[in-house]
Amino acid sequence: MSTPANEPGTADTLGKDGLNTMSGADAAAQAKRGPSIATRERRQGSLNPSGETPYLEVTDLTVKFPTADGVVSAVNGLSYAVPLGRTLAIVGESGSGKSVSSMAVMGLHDRKRTRITGSIKLGGDEIVGLAENDLMKIRGDAVSMVFQDPQSSLHPLYTVGSQIAEAYLVHHKVSKDVAKKRALEMLDLVGIPNPIRRFKQYPHEFSGGMRQRAMIAMGLVNDPKLVIADEPTTALDVTVQAQILDLLNNLQKEFGSAIVLITHDLGVVAEMADDVLVMYAGRCVEYGTAQDVLAQPRMPYTWGLLESIPTVSAASERLRPIKGLPPSLLNLPSGCSFNPRCPYKDRVKGERCTTDLPELLPVDGAGAHTSRCHLHDKASIYEAEVAPRLG
Amino acid sequence: MNNPVQDTTPAAQSTPLLQVRDLKMHFPIKEAAGLGRTRKVVQAVDGVSFDLAPGGSLGLVGESGCGKSTTGRMITRLLTPTAGQILFKGTDIAQLKERELRPFRRELQIVFQDPYSSLNPRQTVSNIISTPLRVHNLVKRGKELERVQELLERVGLNPEHHNRYPNEFSGGQRQRIGIARALAVEPEVIIADEPVSALDVSIQAQVMNLMEDLRRDLGIAFVFIAHDLGVVRHFCDTVAVMYLGKIVEQGPREQIYTAPQHPYTQALLSAAPDLGTIRGVPAKERIRLVGDVPSPIDPPSGCRFRTRCWKAEEICATQEPLLEIKPRSAAGHTAACHFAEPKVDLTAATA
Repeated sequence: MSTPANEPGTADTLGKDGLNTMSGADAAAQAKRGPSIATRERRQGSLNPSGETPYLEVTDLTVKFPTADGVVSAVNGLSYAVPLGRTLAIVGESGSGKSVSSMAVMGLHDRKRTRITGSIKLGGDEIVGLAENDLMKIRGDAVSMVFQDPQSSLHPLYTVGSQIAEAYLVHHKVSKDVAKKRALEMLDLVGIPNPIRRFKQYPHEFSGGMRQRAMIAMGLVNDPKLVIADEPTTALDVTVQAQILDLLNNLQKEFGSAIVLITHDLGVVAEMADDVLVMYAGRCVEYGTAQDVLAQPRMPYTWGLLESIPTVSAASERLRPIKGLPPSLLNLPSGCSFNPRCPYKDRVKGERCTTDLPELLPVDGAGAHTSRCHLHDKASIYEAEVAPRLG
Repeated sequence: MNNPVQDTTPAAQSTPLLQVRDLKMHFPIKEAAGLGRTRKVVQAVDGVSFDLAPGGSLGLVGESGCGKSTTGRMITRLLTPTAGQILFKGTDIAQLKERELRPFRRELQIVFQDPYSSLNPRQTVSNIISTPLRVHNLVKRGKELERVQELLERVGLNPEHHNRYPNEFSGGQRQRIGIARALAVEPEVIIADEPVSALDVSIQAQVMNLMEDLRRDLGIAFVFIAHDLGVVRHFCDTVAVMYLGKIVEQGPREQIYTAPQHPYTQALLSAAPDLGTIRGVPAKERIRLVGDVPSPIDPPSGCRFRTRCWKAEEICATQEPLLEIKPRSAAGHTAACHFAEPKVDLTAATA
């Protein structure tokens, strides 16, 4: 994919990464702008589309897995922030690092096989490098996760009720009866009919939608401040998906939690998210409010995603897929990771797309909507060429 | 077979290529009941009928467990139907023995959902694609490789890669291999069972376009099984909506999407998350179904959808609604509901 001549450049950036815990883009930004405080302030501004104090704040997160074939940089210099009561959707294709980054927030990576740098702050407290015991106290209590596949994430040999009660007991010094009462309450809350009977049943006696409800009940039993939902509805049918999304929305209104929603379905994003972060090959390529990113996207990859979806509301002519395949994380293309697939790279003067990694910069010079692209006239290209095709 | 086929309307002028009549698939199961065992049947598909015109494309939509895949498997005779007819160019293949079926197997091919489990990991791509060629004696010895490479090129893969194993390809590329395998025997009908649901969005569009090209250039008819309503709207001329083993509504694409008659179709459409909302398209009215799909072992009496339907009345429990043309529906648009009425505001105006 990348020419051999470019490869040393890539290796160099990677090396810097490891030492400074800073992505190439930020290093370059800093070099240009001089004092690091200025850079920091600028980034703070752009970090948080809502402007509220974030509950979860991820800064320059890098996750690498050394493997026999080389180091896989699954996540590279990722920064985002989620305040309480807001939903951030992380969008991307498989292998873009969306799940890996959120597993880092939960501290679920194997310490021996993973190198995590950067900072993840929960309500102001750093959790990168925290001891396993301390992480255990956070996990399932302040932060909880709803997984994609409720079939494999519930234990088949324990009743659903006991699994929910256990999640409560781990974090509260109460009797089993109290925990059971709490579990019943949760089952009722997530709309499972006849909770008393359901409490005693095993996961196989639940339907897919019911299981996902039970997973959500388990995730919310300790009133977490942050819920990470990793493709919570991908395994479900549309009518059930609608029920689960409504449920998540209502629960968020009630408890005011922050939600990180990981998904590849832009329709779900449009309905659920306040903010959207688009990932490609381990990096954030566009970040802003849902309105900004989905209605005024400023990055060719986001355009490509939007153009390749056939929608329910319009019979499109021919789909315009993004050509080619996502790159291997072992050997990222030099410059912009998206350049081998980008139909607009000829419009950038010289070879910048293949030599320099674009920074994540505000699209209109100042605002909170940022994108990573060298194109100068992104807004006009979108309005003139892409938007008409979207209908 | 090689002349390009224009989009055919469902009320096809020509004789249908494939006619399915009252197809049923009942799987017997044993269940412990007290000390003994009772025999019950899962009514996976219960009386499905449709026509497929040459070069046409029919979408089968519905939620998991509604019998859409089972229908696809019966048409390709991977399953033998309990009852009903599958007429391919006038011949009923529903109960044919394996030997008599052989020539028809060539005409009806299937592409599976999961590009990982549907390719043998220990065989080279060339072997996978050429097996059907050998089975049907389609190519002379020594000419096989040439044909395999031609097919690989046709589906957009590098012909040089014929010696590779499936694990060397990505999901989208594997799905192309699956399509090449189906194409090898020059079928007239391809049953595509959720062909893109395991793929990433950008890759999904590539595979959809490939299938569209095949339909246009080779005149292959498609039965397209999917749960993604957007994908079906994009690909199919006719759409049949299934619920619990039965077709509840069937008709031309535009009718189904812009003026659905059956409450279930309306619920499906309104539940699909729509990107349009963010671009200023007014939010559609939500219909939220409650509960789950009932078990196909003991389906509700009368209309099978009545347990989740907001329009249900007594007649729904006692009398099964027939799939028929409703007073206010367009030509070829049928619905099985006592209280069918078109609802036009579920999807935004077509672009």
